[in-house]
Amino acid sequence: MSKTNPAVRWGRLLRTAFPATVPVMTGFLVLGFAYGVLMDTKGYGPLWSTLMSLLAFGGSMQYVAITLLTTVFDPIQAFLLSVMVNARHLFYGLALLEKYKGLGKVRGFLIFALCDETFSLVSTVEPPADVDRKDFYLGVSILNYGYWVLATAVGGLMGDLIPFDTTGLDFALTALFVVLFMEQWKKRENRFAGATGIVCAVVALVIFGAEQMVIPAMILMAVILLGGRKRVCS
Amino acid sequence: MFLTPVQTIIMILAVMAGTQLTRWLPFILFPENKKPPEVVLYLGKVLPAAVMGLLVVYCLRNTNFLQAPHGVPEVLAVAAVAALHWWKGNVLVSIAGGTALYMLLVQVIFA
Repeated sequence: MSKTNPAVRWGRLLRTAFPATVPVMTGFLVLGFAYGVLMDTKGYGPLWSTLMSLLAFGGSMQYVAITLLTTVFDPIQAFLLSVMVNARHLFYGLALLEKYKGLGKVRGFLIFALCDETFSLVSTVEPPADVDRKDFYLGVSILNYGYWVLATAVGGLMGDLIPFDTTGLDFALTALFVVLFMEQWKKRENRFAGATGIVCAVVALVIFGAEQMVIPAMILMAVILLGGRKRVCS
Repeated sequence: MFLTPVQTIIMILAVMAGTQLTRWLPFILFPENKKPPEVVLYLGKVLPAAVMGLLVVYCLRNTNFLQAPHGVPEVLAVAAVAALHWWKGNVLVSIAGGTALYMLLVQVIFA
């Protein structure tokens, strides 16, 4: 990166990444806000919920952790459950080994803040032509992380004061994944993997149920994709 | 608050440690300066598309097709997103349109 004024550089970095993150912003503002409100109703005020979002950033696990914070103190269980709920990050890391190579100092933050939505954008969306790849990844990561932390804080502070009915607004995240799935589907060589992902997830959902589906789905996907490798290569 | 402040901090750190482990492990196992095995590179190439499929299903995992409204809002809204995206190819239009339709369905039509 050239030695421009840091404020200008950061402004540019966030501006170029912003459009890609708008759907995430919508979803995170709703879900982060709801998280702050929920924590507050359990007696954990904005300081606690924000601290959790800052350090343990990860939407679904933070919701699970609410249950853990309102029962007998058991940090080992909390640790193991976080590993299991977040096991899908292992796949994200594998998929980003090449993209996150040689990024220097920012790499640590990119890995720290890697979530479903950031992974989806970084792995699917091409950065604008005039933007440094590293700046785009960093901008997306900072913005998504920031939306979540900010929304948590506001939710914790304001409680249940939102003036309109937001039921269903979090569908924005589902819609984002549908769109990014279609973007992946455009490339012919991705279709086998995309179909595998859908089928394995549905099979795991039917057999193991909504709360246990992720890890069986991942194992099934890995087996089929590795089996398909020979077919594709030969 | 159910736990003491110290217990709460320990719980936050435990959740942080578990989550961070899943994020760092691949990068620790396959460091930057070494070329990962071919199998890993292959997985890296095919996983994004597969994971996107998994995430779509994961987002819809709590949809109950057996009880009213039988997943109709979800199916219609996903179809709307797909149709808009196929037609216009604009990410924001597809997402905003599908989400607006979904909100209308769950708040007004199937409320």
